[in-house]
Amino acid sequence: MARYGMVIDTARCVGCMDCVVACKTENGVPDGYCRDWITEEARGRFPTVHLEIRSERCNHCDNPPCVTCCPTGASHVEAGLGRIVLVTHDVCIGCKACLASCPYDARFIHPEGYADKCTFCAHRIQKGEDPACVAVCPTRCMHFGDLDDPHSEVSRLLEARRNHALLPEAGTGPRIFFLT
Amino acid sequence: MELSEITVHRMNPQIDPGLHVWGWEIPVYLFLGGLVAGMMILGGHLLVRGHGRRPQSVCHRLPALAIALLSLGMLALFLDLEHKRFVWRLYTTFEITSPMSWGAWILLLVYPALVAAFLVARGTLRPDLARRIGQLNMALGALLGIYTGILLSALGARPLWNSALLGPLFLLSGLSSAAALVHLLARDREEQTLFMKADNAFLATELVLLVLFFLGLVSSTRVHLEAARLFFGGPLTALFWVFVVGLGLVVPLVIQPLAVRHRVAHTAVAPLLVIAGGLALRFVIVYAGQMSHWR
Ligand code: SF4
Ligand code: SF4
Repeated sequence: MARYGMVIDTARCVGCMDCVVACKTENGVPDGYCRDWITEEARGRFPTVHLEIRSERCNHCDNPPCVTCCPTGASHVEAGLGRIVLVTHDVCIGCKACLASCPYDARFIHPEGYADKCTFCAHRIQKGEDPACVAVCPTRCMHFGDLDDPHSEVSRLLEARRNHALLPEAGTGPRIFFLT
Repeated sequence: MELSEITVHRMNPQIDPGLHVWGWEIPVYLFLGGLVAGMMILGGHLLVRGHGRRPQSVCHRLPALAIALLSLGMLALFLDLEHKRFVWRLYTTFEITSPMSWGAWILLLVYPALVAAFLVARGTLRPDLARRIGQLNMALGALLGIYTGILLSALGARPLWNSALLGPLFLLSGLSSAAALVHLLARDREEQTLFMKADNAFLATELVLLVLFFLGLVSSTRVHLEAARLFFGGPLTALFWVFVVGLGLVVPLVIQPLAVRHRVAHTAVAPLLVIAGGLALRFVIVYAGQMSHWR
């Protein structure tokens, strides 16, 4: 069974936000909201300051607290589609427990009332295409694939390069990895 | 100077710059839920002790009031939902890992138990059933009270709430608010004294639980320590120490034992402070939890 994830090369990302625009266009994300975003993290002591630019989104966690706390089953793990985490809109009551439970603040309430977030472009990956953000990136710094397949591009990159995930200490098992 | 700066280019409503998904509705619901839980336990206790046969007993007046208060709480909860027309989805499933789902089903059992207690009060049910119904009310009240706290502790991303002690803490707070309310309503001298004494015990236990709650936070990870700091110099310090601890716990704990020993007059001041303190506790915990985070 596949386990989809992303590997993003922070050495290549320039923070152009094309991924953000692509997602908004592809998924009709309403004005004033976003499913993916850019984070800049500066660390160090001048003059050796290190800047990491990251394209962030829902981590489609292995242990998603947003799924375990959902009272209706609207938030669920899609076992047939790489174990990605999705929300069924007409089952969601908008209680916001999942928003409060996500350590990455990856979710929001869509103006229509249901909980919304990145779907890894489920409609595209079903057809074997890459998510819109991955497909559009001009530096080709994003990679999407099956983390459980040792021969996939994402697995090979993780094998070859130093990488980190976000807040692994929160115990959610995030599946977006950043190459450094 | 060591630089460590994070800039997030995201401005989602209710999420940025800080999580604020729950306003007044959820604290009010948690407070009323806890209060009703306490009323069920105390009213149930009176039924078990056979007070159902005393026409003066306060246990006859509790069920109707509890039904009204719980319905108000449910209304607040409903007002908070963003996708209201799908609220029935709570009852097309049971999600075993979700305290909210447990709560939805517990509430469905609580109503008939309260109605049964109401019928006992009206004298329409066989008195020998009263004891059984009292026990049922006590058990469901305990479940309801604990669930209102566990609901928050299950939300993993908010370090302040990551404590199973929130369950007993909210249960005890519900019991103390309920004891204060029942004391105000009671006409029977024996019952009045009983509930004031009980309230003192509940308040003292609540104080101990609060200390344990903070000990748990400060002896845990950095993010949990930072969550505790919200109350020690952080933005909620005054609200918490003045209203929850000072006026809601310590002052009543000083007044009420004196009143029990007839050193000071019985007034409504201490019970009202206890009830207001219970409400303040829910507001403080719900708001502080949303301010705490892993990053
Ligand atoms: S990143 Fe947040 S919303 Fe996405 S699966 Fe993990 S906990 Fe759920
Ligand atoms: S807001 Fe919707 S998806 Fe999120 S926990 Fe509530 S019902 Fe589930």
